[in-house]
Amino acid sequence: MGTLIPAFDFQRCVIEPWVSDPWGTGWIIAMGFFVLAAGGLVGNYLLLRRMALIGDAISHSILPGLIGAFLIFRNSGTLVAVIGAFAAGVVTVAMIEFIHRQTRVKPDAAICITFTSLFALGVLMISALESQGSFHIDADCVLYGEIAFVPLEEPLQIAGVTLGPPSAIRMAGILALVIAVICIFYKELLVTAFDSGLARSMGMKSGVWHYGLMAAVILVVVGAFESVGAILAVATLIVPPMFAAQLSSRLSVRLVLTVLHAAISSLLGLHLSYWLNCSVAGAMVVVGSALFVAAWAITSLVGAWQQRRSSPEPAENSPETCNRPPAFL
Amino acid sequence: MNVRVGWRFGPVMGRAVCALGVWLLTAPIAHAARISDITESTLLERAVRFFSFSDPSLRYALAGSILLGICCGLMGAFLVVRKLALMGDALSHAVLPGVALGFLWNLTRDPVAIFVGAVLAGLLGAGTVQVIRQTTRHKEDAALGFVLASFYAVGICLFTMIQNLPGGNRSGLDKFMFGQAASMGPQDVGLLAVVTGLALGAVLLFYKELKITSFDPGFARSTGLRVQIFHYGLMLLLAFAIVASLQAVGVVLVSAMLVIPAAAAYLLTDRFGTMLLLASVFGLGAGAIGSFMSFVGRNLPTGPLMVLSASVVFLLALLLGPRHGILSRWWRQISRSSRIRRENTLKAMYQVLEENAFATDQITIKDLAVKRRKTLDEVEHQVATLKRHGLATISSTGDAACLTPAGWQRACEIVRNHRLWELYLTNAAHMAPDHVHDDAEEIEHVLGEANVQALERRLNFSRKDPHGKMIPGIEDIHAGRASSRDSERATGFGGKA
Repeated sequence: MGTLIPAFDFQRCVIEPWVSDPWGTGWIIAMGFFVLAAGGLVGNYLLLRRMALIGDAISHSILPGLIGAFLIFRNSGTLVAVIGAFAAGVVTVAMIEFIHRQTRVKPDAAICITFTSLFALGVLMISALESQGSFHIDADCVLYGEIAFVPLEEPLQIAGVTLGPPSAIRMAGILALVIAVICIFYKELLVTAFDSGLARSMGMKSGVWHYGLMAAVILVVVGAFESVGAILAVATLIVPPMFAAQLSSRLSVRLVLTVLHAAISSLLGLHLSYWLNCSVAGAMVVVGSALFVAAWAITSLVGAWQQRRSSPEPAENSPETCNRPPAFL
Repeated sequence: MNVRVGWRFGPVMGRAVCALGVWLLTAPIAHAARISDITESTLLERAVRFFSFSDPSLRYALAGSILLGICCGLMGAFLVVRKLALMGDALSHAVLPGVALGFLWNLTRDPVAIFVGAVLAGLLGAGTVQVIRQTTRHKEDAALGFVLASFYAVGICLFTMIQNLPGGNRSGLDKFMFGQAASMGPQDVGLLAVVTGLALGAVLLFYKELKITSFDPGFARSTGLRVQIFHYGLMLLLAFAIVASLQAVGVVLVSAMLVIPAAAAYLLTDRFGTMLLLASVFGLGAGAIGSFMSFVGRNLPTGPLMVLSASVVFLLALLLGPRHGILSRWWRQISRSSRIRRENTLKAMYQVLEENAFATDQITIKDLAVKRRKTLDEVEHQVATLKRHGLATISSTGDAACLTPAGWQRACEIVRNHRLWELYLTNAAHMAPDHVHDDAEEIEHVLGEANVQALERRLNFSRKDPHGKMIPGIEDIHAGRASSRDSERATGFGGKA
């Protein structure tokens, strides 16, 4: 155990990364923040629509799309990857709907069948290509991601100004796009997420927003795929919004909290990975999950304390109100 | 009856598992071939080698895959009918930290230590889902997603920490991700056999209780069954099944082996006992085919191959299933709509005859085309279809048709159904006579003889529909074409009333 968990050395874990390689450390944290924040912002709406596991399905099933696009175009650029991922996302959604509508298989089983089959196809394609030695994504990348390699990329330069690693810049662009869409269409997204009947009566097309959300999920997952891997991409969609939802009932506050959560977990996650000598992406998600557990514990304690202080009224004692954490933000 | 189906398939499968175990124990140990030996051989040689079963490692792989298929199929059937498919997915990811901790126990790939660690992690995951649902406002999907992601992240961290450890035998740990049946040893297969035996035993012993708690928990509770205990027992067995299967399918795809064979079985049958049997058979088949292809295809990961084999089975069940399959439903739809088209033509022929006051038995194609509001070509085609079905004959000149006795009978039945229903709607449901035609137009094709007789009794055997036309009676139908015309003359059919 002593060798597994090294003693916490403040100098080695916290100071050293910033002194020896400030560029690399900064970009890894920035990349983690971009991925977690973009995923978390989109994930807030998924959580409200109770579609958290659709994100799970899409993040698994875009794998064959990415590889298929690479095989067809013989090019591993971002645009090609996005095209392939979108195609796979459309296939996923269509397959789930088809199995659900045309057979008596329940939606949960339909989701499970679809994404595991597509993921299996993707893994098989990777293994086959890997044995031929003609492909740069290996199976480990699908599992762990390669966020630690982000600073090793050739920095992107525009007009002589060195910007940063291309994948981080891409992810920053995706995050900016997500923020812009949320700012511009805040009202529409809010209404369609909470009350589709009201949204229809206000003349909004709920189908458009539904599929728009799917498209956003696909875009974010494609960006996150390289850095955190397929399965931890799910975490970016679920963990930050759950943390925010634990602390607030207001959507606008939740969105801010999500971004805050992303920043804290990417910063602490990096240092945790230096301490334990483990996967950076994994450590970031572990910190994020720990933050949720802390928020959960605090709200439960505060709730219990408030309940004891307030006079026992019948309405207060109904199971519905007891279970609800206090909204103190 | 259902229960008996369940009891019957049990012993058969139990015997099969025993036979498999005996075969494994008594099989002579051939030369100890390693997986690296086979990379130089051709595809055919590898296939021959697979079917000669001379490799001990191959025998273990195959036996393990088969046991895995049975075990996952059985447990998956419960997941599918209880709508817990995504619970299986979350649990299969949540066992990862347990696998890593089990490995850390003595830094070897000891199946028992890994099993214990992984089962504990799985149960902790299931418990966390339950606690999140009960103490927060998060819904089940979010709770499942959180457990899946956070446990998996902890597992990834532990795995990378183990990889960076100095010393220790780490080989084979990466096989837990995507599965490699060929790396199974006798201990792994033994563990799978024990788990499969446990699952089979539990299902056989508590078949009735598990079935009732799965399909109607309220009823189960009212009969005094402890529904929660069965739920947790099933979760425990599920964790066992997932963990024992890890070596062959891998963490990421175990849930597929649980859900896909069971969903395919669900498409094929309405009986739970049959579904359990089919799910185990499909799982067995997918496991065997997956390990075969993994062996032949130069050590491709077994998990994806097994899952894709199961997906093919599901696809076939989806297309070809006898009752719920897409092709059979499509065929039923086509045959129903062509029957309705034939019956509408027959009805039009009857109406043409009726307008001529049954003076002639010939119906000209032109009259029929006017009645059906179709072109001459279309009507000729329809009459030709009737002739193929033995319902009509076409005159030698080709411009007229006659009903055969069978055709006359069916035409009378349809007209009778139509007019009785119109009468019923106006008399019993008090609808206006000009509103009843469309309804009757649809129901005339599906009214059975028993319904028609009930209608007739209820309407006091009236012979006249709301529009003043005669309703053909039972004697007209059974008298056949020629005699009914006589009887119509004798009784004044169409004119007297």
